[in-house]
Amino acid sequence: MRGGLAAALVVAGLLLLNALFTGAVAPAFALPPYLLQVLCLAGINVTLAVSLNLINGFTGQFSIGHAGFMAIGAYSAAYFTVTFGEAVRAALGFLPAFARDGAVLLVALAIGAFLASIAGFIVGVPSLRLRGDYLAIVTLGFGEIIGVLILNIDAVGGARGYSGIPKLANFFWIYLFAALTILVVYRVVHSSFGRTLVAIREDEVAAEAMGVHTTRAKVISFVVSSALAGIAGGLFAHYLMYVNVRSFTFLKSFEIIIMIVIGGLGSISGSVLGAILYISLTEGLREFAQYRMVLFSLLLVILMIVRPQGILGHKEFVTFLTKRRRSIGAAPGTPGNA
Amino acid sequence: MTTFLQQLVNGLSLGSIYALIALGYTMVYGVLRLINFAHGDVYMVGAYVGYYVSRRLQGREPSIGSALLVMLVAMVVCGILGILIERLAYRPVRREARLTLLITAIGVSLFIENAAQLVFGPDPKFFPSLAPRADFHFAGMRLTSEQITVIAVSVLLMVLLRFFILKTRTGKAMRAVSFSLDAAKLMGISTDWIISVTFALGSALAAAAGVLIAMQIPKIDPLMGIPYGLKAFVAAVLGGIGSVPGAVLGGLLIGTSEVMVVGYLSSTYRDAIAFGILILVLILRPQGLLGRVQKEKV
Amino acid sequence: MALLQLSRVTMRFGGLYAVNELDLSIDAGHLYGLIGPNGAGKTTVFNVITGVYTPTSGDIRFDGEAIAGERCGRITRRGIARTFQNIRLFGEMTVLDNVKVAFDCRQATTLGTAMLRTAAHRREEERVALESLELLKIFKLDHLAGEKAKNLPYGNQRRLEIARAMATAPRVLLLDEPAAGMNPQESIELMDLIRWIRDRFRMAILLVEHNMRVVMGICETVHVLDYGSTIAIGPPAQIQRDPKVIEAYLGGA
Repeated sequence: MRGGLAAALVVAGLLLLNALFTGAVAPAFALPPYLLQVLCLAGINVTLAVSLNLINGFTGQFSIGHAGFMAIGAYSAAYFTVTFGEAVRAALGFLPAFARDGAVLLVALAIGAFLASIAGFIVGVPSLRLRGDYLAIVTLGFGEIIGVLILNIDAVGGARGYSGIPKLANFFWIYLFAALTILVVYRVVHSSFGRTLVAIREDEVAAEAMGVHTTRAKVISFVVSSALAGIAGGLFAHYLMYVNVRSFTFLKSFEIIIMIVIGGLGSISGSVLGAILYISLTEGLREFAQYRMVLFSLLLVILMIVRPQGILGHKEFVTFLTKRRRSIGAAPGTPGNA
Repeated sequence: MTTFLQQLVNGLSLGSIYALIALGYTMVYGVLRLINFAHGDVYMVGAYVGYYVSRRLQGREPSIGSALLVMLVAMVVCGILGILIERLAYRPVRREARLTLLITAIGVSLFIENAAQLVFGPDPKFFPSLAPRADFHFAGMRLTSEQITVIAVSVLLMVLLRFFILKTRTGKAMRAVSFSLDAAKLMGISTDWIISVTFALGSALAAAAGVLIAMQIPKIDPLMGIPYGLKAFVAAVLGGIGSVPGAVLGGLLIGTSEVMVVGYLSSTYRDAIAFGILILVLILRPQGLLGRVQKEKV
Repeated sequence: MALLQLSRVTMRFGGLYAVNELDLSIDAGHLYGLIGPNGAGKTTVFNVITGVYTPTSGDIRFDGEAIAGERCGRITRRGIARTFQNIRLFGEMTVLDNVKVAFDCRQATTLGTAMLRTAAHRREEERVALESLELLKIFKLDHLAGEKAKNLPYGNQRRLEIARAMATAPRVLLLDEPAAGMNPQESIELMDLIRWIRDRFRMAILLVEHNMRVVMGICETVHVLDYGSTIAIGPPAQIQRDPKVIEAYLGGA
């Protein structure tokens, strides 16, 4: 029952932090609204980055359409809340207000995740046949098409964007799902199934020759990853209370890729680190206004040249630290590997 | 029928632009197996170079000669820019994983877009008129002089490119490199030089496309390279990436179908059509219309 | 009836007949050698059997069932495993994980049980780990279990490839140049190992090899290919004297 205890602790801790940051405990502890918002967006980015890493980092399939799944999650979850939220709330009249809000949000996120995962399945299917660059292009195309389709649905505002979404998500929910995403991806990766994913990344032909259901594994990783992106989208919509297709173009997908590449593909803690670094850098460089994106893209190119495997490489943060120490401690003249 | 022909001409004109840009994608992919995401931005820079040169020329009578001069300067500047991009950003990571190369390209693209906003200013600029304007009426269709210029210049450039690739030593070396970089190196071909030439050529063609479209629209802005770059890239894949005739065919098909969708269906689906075609092609015929199948050796 | 039977199998690439009307039958518990000059189509035979290529024509039966055209993974799960001429290990994975992946094709675990970490799944994982280590021990790789596969020296990588193929519990094992790059001492040890595997697991082994000492030393039947067609079949002693084989190797001057 250690797992149950840990979960309870995480929930309690997040609730406490949430209360602190919003100033519910004592106004002195409250974070400035701007900082709190940055923190919350960072949490959503963690979810996006860790989930994309499942496809790009662990399965070795190159997807650049993650924002599309996020968009589906955002719009469908928001649509549910706007259309049926009141009815659900009324039906749950016997519950206290925060529980009612939570229930509506959870159902909305579940719908967002489900629809996004269906889209993930549809995108995953061509991945049976395509590899490398070609898959990248298809995912890019799907992402853009999703955007165009949403643009043409009048019920969700079309080009004007979708406004009037109740603010149901907050620090607590965002970080709860970030933690959940990390847990899900961690467990997938560290299971026998995760082994097959990494085998596919390393050598798909050999994996198939070892009897791995490569197709099935790839599709599952797409479905899981896009469901999580859908949740991130739902949280995004219910936090900002407004969404626009323009937030989900391939530039957003690029952003997520940059996060996981900075941190190191195939490293969960690397994705977390990358997401946080990305947000801190882009927000931190805000002073330099128009220079910040120039500087940022330059940093990215330099990182690729100097350390293409990202900051942590394939390693997790803990092993990164320990391995480093060991290699420093190794005596000079130790025979290297050819 | 007349409307259809009119749309067809409009489509071919737009398609020529896509084709010119697509050529750069396909040639670079041929030699480096890299999707050069920054290519669309080179096209944008081409339009801006054209803009600044033509401002210098202002006051003179619009003439074909000054239009040609503008285009040539833009092509040369962008050719050099292409070489610089390859030297500074891509060459250091050429031997790394493909993903690294792709991310680097994304980084370069973001860099050019943002640097352009700094240098050129984020607001759109209006391209001065370079050549005398005229409309021609033919069988009920209206052909603008810009459309005719676009098509004529594109055809000319493509013919020149074809001659270069098929007949010159450098062109032959280029084909050898895109067949196999390592084998070409062993044959004594200076692959670094060939890759530079490829970038220069592709970028110059994109610059020409940039000036041509700027003359036609005539509004230019630092992010104009994104939609054109993406669709030209789709065109290259549609035609079969790595195939030069494929890029031209793909460009014309994408341009035409886009104009047709806008004309007969709705302009909101304008951007979906290119990607829709792309996905269908990749699923049904991943190597593209004129591309060759590459099977992994086991 | 033979365990694995190829009948009139042809594999054509454009105008090139990589394999032409090939008949090949393989029985349980026997060791076969497939030899021939470079480009004779040996690896293509492996690729056709394991489903990497679908043969242009002809019939392939495993245990009486037609398998031509099935997916590679399906054929492996039926019981035909292989190694690769150009070693294809999962480089970033540990030696142990390389073997575990191959074991997984016999497991019944689903993503659901893996995520929930059920007791059954944990037991299964422990068993897989144990059996994988057992297998590594046979190949003298157990002390390297935690090492990344790409860091292994060449000879060990070759052995790990065989161990990995064995983990799929095959009834037919196809070895593509297992001794390539090994020194004479390593080759002799490898020969002993292959013989031992055959006796211990009663499996059929077909190996492609250029090292004639290995082929002639352990194979009971040698199959000689040239230009995709069989030019001789028989025991090693007979093959070594066959004029057609000698000509194929030395060139008909």
